[in-house]
Amino acid sequence: MATYNDLSLHVRLFMKGYPFSRYAVDPVPCVRLVKPLNALRVALVTTAGLRTPEQNDFDSSIKMGDTSFREIPNTIETNTLIESHRSYAFDHRGIQSDVNLAFPLDRFRELESKRIIGELNHRHISFMGSIVGPRKLIEKSLPQVTRILREDNVDAVFLTPV
Amino acid sequence: MCVQTVGLVQAAIEREGIATVSISLLREITAVIKPPRALFVSFPMGYPLGEPNNSELQQRVIAAALALLERYDVPVLEEYN
Repeated sequence: MATYNDLSLHVRLFMKGYPFSRYAVDPVPCVRLVKPLNALRVALVTTAGLRTPEQNDFDSSIKMGDTSFREIPNTIETNTLIESHRSYAFDHRGIQSDVNLAFPLDRFRELESKRIIGELNHRHISFMGSIVGPRKLIEKSLPQVTRILREDNVDAVFLTPV
Repeated sequence: MCVQTVGLVQAAIEREGIATVSISLLREITAVIKPPRALFVSFPMGYPLGEPNNSELQQRVIAAALALLERYDVPVLEEYN
């Protein structure tokens, strides 16, 4: 079970002192679905720091965190995705053995073929979630991501941390 | 920090009129950030859908999360059993 106690002392001390409440969502937005699950267009968002072989790597040297994102095409072969998340707070071996652990594109393809969801969007979004200072994320990247998802008429988004 | 980032990205997307649900690996942080809908899982950091190469388990977690999309009593923070 992942609790503070499972994290290294260094990570734990950092998190104890970090002002998470500064970024509390208020008010909490709430969208009502107007279609059943099997009619929804779904996009995935991961913070696992994944990219395609053609894309530039995330920049691990930015102290406050790289707030950029990569568009992952829906047609990608998942075993070609490259994980280069800078965090040492988690064991990277799981995702390196199966990217679906934190970016379940193959699982959602199964749901699409069984008509449990309507369809997958033609692109998905990958961040590297080790973002200590989220101001640039909020001001720059998130407006771009929400514009992409709106343009694509996405109905629902499934998000995974790592 | 991934759990905070997911919460912030999630809230921004939902604010634009798109329904969202996320996986949480740290209940304490998700409870503070308050994204609209999250499924807390008792898996190690780095393993949000349970186990690599275990598609059945991954599908069970996904199904439990997708079921939360129809919950409107936000913020929803349920635990995967």
